[in-house]
Amino acid sequence: MNRINKKLSEDKKLLSIYFTAGYPSLNDTVSIIEDLEKNGVDMIEIGLPFSDPLADGPTIQESSTKALKNGMTTEVLFDQLKDIRKTVNIPLIIMGYFNPMFQYGVEAFCKKCQEIGIDGLIIPDLPVDVYHEEYQAIFEKYGLINVFLITPQTSDERIRYIDSISNGFIYMVSSASTTGAQSGFGDEQTQYFERIDKMKLNNPQIIGFGISNNETFTQATQYAKGAIIGSAFVKHVTQEGTASIDTFIKSILN
Amino acid sequence: MNNYNVNEKGYYGEFGGAFIPEMLYPNVEELRQNYLKVMAEPDFKAEFDKLLKDYVGRPSPLYFAKRLSEKYNTKIYLKREDLNHTGAHKINNTIGQILMAKRLGKTRIIAETGAGQHGVATATVCALMGLECIVYMGEIDIARQAPNVARMKMLGATVVPAKSGSRTLKDATNEAIRDWINNPVDTHYIIGSAIGPHPYPDMVTRFQAVISEEIKWQLKEQEGRENPDYVVACIGGGSNAAGTYYHYLHEEEVGIIAVEAAGLGVDSGESAATSVLGKEGIIHGCKTMLMQTKDGQITEPYSISAGLDYPGVGPMHAHLCKTGRAEFMAITDDQAMNAGLDLCKLEGIIPAIESSHALAIFEQRKFKPTDVVVVSLSGRGDKDLQNYIEYFKI
Repeated sequence: MNRINKKLSEDKKLLSIYFTAGYPSLNDTVSIIEDLEKNGVDMIEIGLPFSDPLADGPTIQESSTKALKNGMTTEVLFDQLKDIRKTVNIPLIIMGYFNPMFQYGVEAFCKKCQEIGIDGLIIPDLPVDVYHEEYQAIFEKYGLINVFLITPQTSDERIRYIDSISNGFIYMVSSASTTGAQSGFGDEQTQYFERIDKMKLNNPQIIGFGISNNETFTQATQYAKGAIIGSAFVKHVTQEGTASIDTFIKSILN
Repeated sequence: MNNYNVNEKGYYGEFGGAFIPEMLYPNVEELRQNYLKVMAEPDFKAEFDKLLKDYVGRPSPLYFAKRLSEKYNTKIYLKREDLNHTGAHKINNTIGQILMAKRLGKTRIIAETGAGQHGVATATVCALMGLECIVYMGEIDIARQAPNVARMKMLGATVVPAKSGSRTLKDATNEAIRDWINNPVDTHYIIGSAIGPHPYPDMVTRFQAVISEEIKWQLKEQEGRENPDYVVACIGGGSNAAGTYYHYLHEEEVGIIAVEAAGLGVDSGESAATSVLGKEGIIHGCKTMLMQTKDGQITEPYSISAGLDYPGVGPMHAHLCKTGRAEFMAITDDQAMNAGLDLCKLEGIIPAIESSHALAIFEQRKFKPTDVVVVSLSGRGDKDLQNYIEYFKI
């Protein structure tokens, strides 16, 4: 069983953390992952930086630019992660834009992920239908779960379609926005969370975008299996460095 | 025979598609489902045609450039898109898209711009229709195209500097896309080039197709035949080229020449010649040819011309290149600047530096004396005066 599915079957609300690989320093990747696991994070999204991250706000854009300047590449990331499964047990997901994966070769990329022990991928600009027609068989061959996004504007019909293609969880984008744009949830979000909850989808949902503290984490996980924090974590690392990851995680979980 | 038009899934051969984050799906899908239907409505067509005639000043002349033709011993016609209102071909598309946006009930317009021509054309139609207009423009382009920034502001638009990445057209496009993600309901994004997720490349091409539609009957009047031997246009993203080629794509006896910006030279590291330096990949929502590192990071292009300073080409052009339907040429900054000055002296026309790239091919490539060559003069050079002044120390 894929580590993601196993984790999703646990009777608890999940905290997933996104960070940009190669940021703040090129070789922080492994220690950040180990620290996150040690402090009780359930799942990690390792951001493969891209020059033109369309769905991201300034915080993740800037961390991506810096990571690329630091020398991060697909090869370097795979090399940093080659022994990660000797020390880390929680599910690991690579999140990145499609072009770097496409240039590496989608099959070669998936194969490498399997060798390392990556459990899934999130690729915001790979559309569901293209995945379904061209790449699903490859992902499945290498035991990778592909995670799709839905937003408040996604129709019920399309959500059902995405649910039928998914085999892990659905990434619920909390509002129509790029990453890091929102703070806190209003009535509109609550209604959307309730609407999706009532659909009784096959795949559990994890909410992302706009989760930054204990309050928003608690709110989101009332309706969903878990929540993802990205920009707020990257911001914390920017301001406080990587030494105080424990303070940040504790502030979310307590 | 190859099909050079878009297929029902939004592809030109292997290029095109809609590689967009889910956040953009409803907007792009709404457009995809409606654009052909709306464009086919008699009311829409009548309004579009009337504005092109009375507001833009179409048809734009097809002018036989006698002295230029004598110099190169071939028959050169210039399609005078520079005489359009706002000074370039860009307004053909913005008129079409603003009418589309109104039909779709949108109240807020966003756009990206490189040289500023598309930004001005968008600000113009927004003023005409009384809609809010936000234009994203790279910080570097804002500095090198000051008159167009002032024009946009006078026309009531808000110009927002794109400060990320290379701070040019590619980054302005990223910022516009991010704005659209954050404003999914009331906003229409007027893309200025034949790029972006399907249906944009096709929609922009259809609005620009008026260029080749007119060339056909204008050439018939002057030469007794609709088809020239060659049609020539410069290519950044490729909207004026798409319009210039459109009605000739399947006329096999018409040669298609696409002129890219070589910058300081194709091998100099400072270039925007995508067909030579690029390979297949994903940029701004479509699969096409683009300049990138071997790792798939999009690289910073360079050209003296802000309008050609883009690391990709539209998917239609990638297909024309791959199939060999179009002949691609790369023209350096120096070659373009000299061709621009040459046109001033020979014909009394100051061309945009973008268009000067297309004019520069006559120094590089021989044509027969009987050949009829139609060059799209996509824009006028007023916006480039400062560049010309500095380059030629005028």
